[in-house]
Amino acid sequence: MARIIVVTSGKGGVGKTTTSAAIAMGLAKRGHKTAVIDFDVGLRNLDLIMGCERRVVYDFVNVINGEATLNQALIRDKNCNQLYILPASQTRDKDALSQEGVGKILDELKKEFKYIVCDSPAGIERGAFLAMYYADDAFIVTNPEVSSVRDSDRMLGILSSKSRRAEQNEEPIKEYLLLTRYSPERVKLGEMLSVDDVQEILSLHLLGVIPESKSVLNASNSGTPVILDEKSDAGQAYADVIARYLGESRPHRFIDEKKGLFGKLFGGK
Amino acid sequence: MPTDPQHTTLLPHALEFKSTTFSVPVLILGSNDAVNIKLQLQDKIQLAPEFFKNSPLILDLHELNKQDLDIDVSSLIALLRSLALLPVGIRGATTVQLQQAIELGIPANSGTNQAAIETSKAQPEPHQVTASEAEPSYIAVSTTLITQPIRSGQRVYAHGDLIVLAQVSAGAEIIAEGNIHVYGTLRGRALAGVQGNEDARIFCSDLQAELISIAGTYKISEDLTESVRNHPVQISLQNNTLTIIDL
Repeated sequence: MARIIVVTSGKGGVGKTTTSAAIAMGLAKRGHKTAVIDFDVGLRNLDLIMGCERRVVYDFVNVINGEATLNQALIRDKNCNQLYILPASQTRDKDALSQEGVGKILDELKKEFKYIVCDSPAGIERGAFLAMYYADDAFIVTNPEVSSVRDSDRMLGILSSKSRRAEQNEEPIKEYLLLTRYSPERVKLGEMLSVDDVQEILSLHLLGVIPESKSVLNASNSGTPVILDEKSDAGQAYADVIARYLGESRPHRFIDEKKGLFGKLFGGK
Repeated sequence: MPTDPQHTTLLPHALEFKSTTFSVPVLILGSNDAVNIKLQLQDKIQLAPEFFKNSPLILDLHELNKQDLDIDVSSLIALLRSLALLPVGIRGATTVQLQQAIELGIPANSGTNQAAIETSKAQPEPHQVTASEAEPSYIAVSTTLITQPIRSGQRVYAHGDLIVLAQVSAGAEIIAEGNIHVYGTLRGRALAGVQGNEDARIFCSDLQAELISIAGTYKISEDLTESVRNHPVQISLQNNTLTIIDL
């Protein structure tokens, strides 16, 4: 049975698109046929992060309006043949998306794909609403600071009251917390909320902590999802997230401060 | 977004019905002396003229009728209107009073005691035991139980007691006509006894609320002392002040 995953946060700039690209690639690399959809109509970014911006012909809105078929609009990823991207339209706005149209496309995708990742725009308006409406699972991307946590909490409220599952009284959306741009050094200095602080406020299952990392920016600039950079801390953290999502147990990493070379050699804390 | 040309001729969507909850001041009368009522109302209005100006108001005649004091509803409404108050409903009224109100376009507000009074039209017997009469208006209608966290931006309204088995996030609002129990951290706003029940209480296992209120008397987060913050507490209304004590 196909699962629809929404990657959402409420607040902007926390790493939704980076996360969408990474987890879609991660699931596809594990051999699951995966589609990733950019719901940020008007501010399309996912295709840049996935490095397929030069191959966009038709987009999400074209398919909704019946101007192109789904197969014409889906772009196969060049790194992994199990992964397809449905880009957003840059020339329209979010009102171009209709609830029935989105539902129809997702139904069609569900026949062919195992996982469908919906990259939500920021905010709680139409685009974000439609991205989460049909979801089965939600990845709540949160930065360790109060406004991001508050916005995530608001988004969780919307998931549990306005989604299709909530409206039809089905089993609620499964919610997972993803803490991104985490910096143990700054937590220690009291400049950032700790993992425990965030969990205390949101009381949510923690799927993973992604450390603040240069590799994320490098990956974005080069158009390759960071999970493919297996040497980087952020890439490994996303690989852990995929493993945990698929039911494997992995200890949490990157929560404590990095040990220096001497620390590593002598094992001191 | 009509894409089908056949549908564009349809009238655009012009209205929808929604149910919502307002908080409206209730005027509870304890005397039928029109002069006295007028003087005391003027005093009150003087305290906050802007707040009362054109404020909607619900008349509560339950206390009055309990003491068997009759009042002419039409002259009372005329008095309120002359003071720039806008009565929008009546409760606790007898059948005659209700009729007067409805003739003046004031709807009867459901809930509380009006039905009880209406059915016991021939009052003499029950009214001999006025003193021992319990407050029928404040009996909890039902208990609302919530097991999921109440998130920022969500509002919950309970007509009776409200029990929350999870946390209430900052930016959330829980409102009950009766008591509120939160078996988790209370970070949002909690308003108990919103229909005027001064005996309502708030219980929570960790007090970090933005605002707490019982029957309209409130405290904001800044007013909470460190001795009660982050503690399991119960909050009650005593002599018009909120009293917070450790559980």
